[in-house]
Amino acid sequence: MSEEVEATRTAEEKQEMEDTVISPEKAEEAKLKARYPNLAAKPGGSDLLRKRLQKGPKYFDSGDYNMAKAKMKNKQLPSAPTEKTEITGGHIPTPQDLPQRKTSIVASKLAG
Amino acid sequence: MAGPGGDMQWCFSQVKGAIDDDVAEADIISTVEFNHTGELLATGDKGGRVVIFQQEIENKNLPQFRSEYNVYSTFQSHEPEFDYLKSLEIEEKINKIRWLPQKNAAQFLLSTNDKTIKLWKISERDKRPEGYNLKEEDGRYKDPNSITSLRVPVLIPMDLMVEASPRRVFANAHTYHINSISVNSDEETYLSADDLRINLWNLEITDRSFNIVDIKPANMEELTEVITAAEFHPHQCNTFVYSSSKGTIRLCDMRASALCDKQSKLFEEPEDPSNRSFFSEIISSISDVKFSHNGRYMMTRDYLSVKIWDLNMESRPVETYQVHEYLRSKLCSLYENDCIFDKFECCWNGNDTVVMTGSYNNFFRMFDRGQRRDVTLEASRENSKPMQVLKPRKVCAGGKRKKDEISVDSLDFNKKILHTAWHPQDNIIAVATTNNLYIFQDKVN
Repeated sequence: MSEEVEATRTAEEKQEMEDTVISPEKAEEAKLKARYPNLAAKPGGSDLLRKRLQKGPKYFDSGDYNMAKAKMKNKQLPSAPTEKTEITGGHIPTPQDLPQRKTSIVASKLAG
Repeated sequence: MAGPGGDMQWCFSQVKGAIDDDVAEADIISTVEFNHTGELLATGDKGGRVVIFQQEIENKNLPQFRSEYNVYSTFQSHEPEFDYLKSLEIEEKINKIRWLPQKNAAQFLLSTNDKTIKLWKISERDKRPEGYNLKEEDGRYKDPNSITSLRVPVLIPMDLMVEASPRRVFANAHTYHINSISVNSDEETYLSADDLRINLWNLEITDRSFNIVDIKPANMEELTEVITAAEFHPHQCNTFVYSSSKGTIRLCDMRASALCDKQSKLFEEPEDPSNRSFFSEIISSISDVKFSHNGRYMMTRDYLSVKIWDLNMESRPVETYQVHEYLRSKLCSLYENDCIFDKFECCWNGNDTVVMTGSYNNFFRMFDRGQRRDVTLEASRENSKPMQVLKPRKVCAGGKRKKDEISVDSLDFNKKILHTAWHPQDNIIAVATTNNLYIFQDKVN
């Protein structure tokens, strides 16, 4: 009986070893999950795809902007994050957030 | 790439673009394409500009033939736009350029950004009329009463002027971002593909396009895959393929039905479910699909490999080439810095014996299908002496690094070669780094 238990344990350990040895991908996955425990289980799901479909900076809607401004008059605005963040749907961009639009169009340096 | 059939030794020929490291975003090259004869080479950039180079073909028969590509024409193809309805900026970045086969003296190409495709005519003018009856040479109108005789204006030679003019604008047909355009072999129609739909256009008609593929689900919450690339078959005008973010390719026959939502063939490699990880689907997403010139095969590029498919076999690819397998153990960091979403393109050589694709650190890879050999080369200013032979590079995946090898951790992931092109007949290749265009040619050629 003890022999059988030992045999099973070795087989389990062997499988575990195989997992980490054979699949560097799974090791990387474990690393990612350790860093971001809240990461959704299904990466290729609609969240990722929808982010892809909406690529491109979103500028403010003057209606939304003024509504938000009116709301914010009543409470103290936390200072906007200084690092470059993506303007997501929930955040109403302010003029400070917007990247500068390009100005003049110059000739390509490939043609120089 | 040595072999009994003849060595292919790649030599530096030219490099175009600025030397300084401070790269303006507009200068980022976004597409590279030879025309059907290889005489013209077009590039598109993030700033919406197209630059066309022309090959000097005078000394082609000399043994030391060195092809030189010089600027032929440059123009602003697309400008930044604003979609007021959705409060979204429409980038002017040129996603793809495709040449039309030449029918007359002028050259035509299609260029597209995320939303609008344009047909450009590039024509040469090397004569101008002189001797008008009613106008002076400087353009001022003559007093009609002073004219006493008539003459026939003559055409006199002038310095070559190359003019690009937009002949058609195909707009407002795509809700999502256009990733591909492909000219049909019938030379009358072309397709444009965005994330969820593919449209068929007639080159003469801009106010109408026909939707041939629509994979948008009724409920967007059910969205599981998007279209990543599409191309017409090189000879069969009824056949096209499109690839998906899930690693599948669908071949469609336009004769089967008006809406080709149901594919004629589905190419998918079976996956071992026990090997599946968080990254599996992301790295299986196909970034490019290209038919071979002979039309019997197609090549797909996913994040780590290049696969060759026989159009008669849907079950699995006939050849698989690892581009940079050493990155498999770096997927976590590549996901964090978004590199895992980089879209590499791939291309065939003229006789479909060698395929090429880019990688990181300004490396690019070539796979010789017949001789079963592969090589890694680098596009760098350090190897840019005229006709300097490129030395093969090697990446050390782990363990002891040999001299001349580079370790995976030293690779520069900001130096990516996404776009490469191969001359349709000769062994001349164009390789785009972030903002420079390198032209290499085979020593023997």
